[in-house]
Amino acid sequence: MLAEVLLLARKDLQIEWRAKVALGQVAPLTLLIVVIFAFALDANAPLLELGAGGLYWVAILYGGTLLTQRSFELETEDGNIDGFRMSPMKVHSLFLGKALALFVQIGLLEIVLGPVILLFYDVQVANWALLVTAGVAGTMAFSVCGVLWGVMAAGLRVRATLLPLLLVPVLAPVLLAGSRAFETALGVRADAGWSWTSLMFVIAAVHTVVGLGTFGFLLEES
Amino acid sequence: MSAVVEFEDVIAVTGSFPVLTGVDVSVNEGEIVLVRGENGAGKTSFLRACAGLLRVSAGSARVLGFDMRVDRRTPRRYIGFLGHENNLYRDLWAKEHVEFRAAAGRGSKSDAEAALAKVGFPSSLWSVPISALSAGQRRKIAIASVIVARPRLWLLDEPHAALDAESRTTLNSVLREAASSGATVVFASHEGALSEELSSRVITLQGGRVAGDSGVS
Repeated sequence: MLAEVLLLARKDLQIEWRAKVALGQVAPLTLLIVVIFAFALDANAPLLELGAGGLYWVAILYGGTLLTQRSFELETEDGNIDGFRMSPMKVHSLFLGKALALFVQIGLLEIVLGPVILLFYDVQVANWALLVTAGVAGTMAFSVCGVLWGVMAAGLRVRATLLPLLLVPVLAPVLLAGSRAFETALGVRADAGWSWTSLMFVIAAVHTVVGLGTFGFLLEES
Repeated sequence: MSAVVEFEDVIAVTGSFPVLTGVDVSVNEGEIVLVRGENGAGKTSFLRACAGLLRVSAGSARVLGFDMRVDRRTPRRYIGFLGHENNLYRDLWAKEHVEFRAAAGRGSKSDAEAALAKVGFPSSLWSVPISALSAGQRRKIAIASVIVARPRLWLLDEPHAALDAESRTTLNSVLREAASSGATVVFASHEGALSEELSSRVITLQGGRVAGDSGVS
């Protein structure tokens, strides 16, 4: 199964590397959001420092939703949803392969966005281990949720507008937990950052189990 | 010869519209079956039901021995399906796409190259993004993608579409070769002589059911 997962993820990443949608469009857009937030808050340093964690995850939520949409656009253009359904690969491999590719893309987006936040919002990292672990946990949760809800919307004509409507409420707990964990990691909140990080791992695990159990059904019925 | 497709009084619905209204048909191993009929007769729906892409609402449907009302996914490992659209990843190169399809079916890179060569796709275009290719060239990649899956049942919807005369003849040779090696080919087409010359049997659909079958006396 691992070979199938890697094969599918590699295909998605190869397409993204060629199309440059993630790097050429989504990343600049999320950077723009971060900069606009700074302007909207009138470059108020204490306010930006306080809100840096939350604003980072809001930008990731937006960019990640676009990447999720793009991930399933690949499987629907040119009738590809039939090809995806007819794939001889196991359904578990399809789910995990899509999730892995999305994990890498959202992870890269976070890596690009991170230094910009630190620079523009003038914040210091107080706990790198927490920051990185929370980033990984949030990305995992985002990826599996994105694939699970992305496949539900994949076969629908209104998927472009429906997916954010489905995904954003589901990801709200990840946004909340990620923001709190990052605020602790950035030293602006003496809070239980590791607990929030654990919560994101739990969300990722629950959605992985649900995804593995239902992806085949959802793929057929979407 | 064993039956590859066995449909008895099959009814299938899209939305609330009945697209198959009681199809009775049996297709044997090694046959090349042309499915024809007017627009909306149910040709595409029949092929999609055979592939498990369209749920069978009533009747008995068995494909490659699998009950399609119970398990639509498992038989797909042995089915090659080509619809109206080509199911291609446009940002991949032609060769990469076929290699991906080959690898998904446990095939190798050399299988992909052989398949592209078999459909007459020039090697000079193997490393060109699919989005830059013509409709006919894309169709060839789609056909090569079916070849690498080494299906036992080929389900093709207008496979000759967009192909030039030479490529159509090549495709017919590919399908004859597949059938002679034991695969079964079921294809829908509006091409007159070209399709009839290829097929060993013609099934005519009308209003979602079989109105004529040259294989039934």
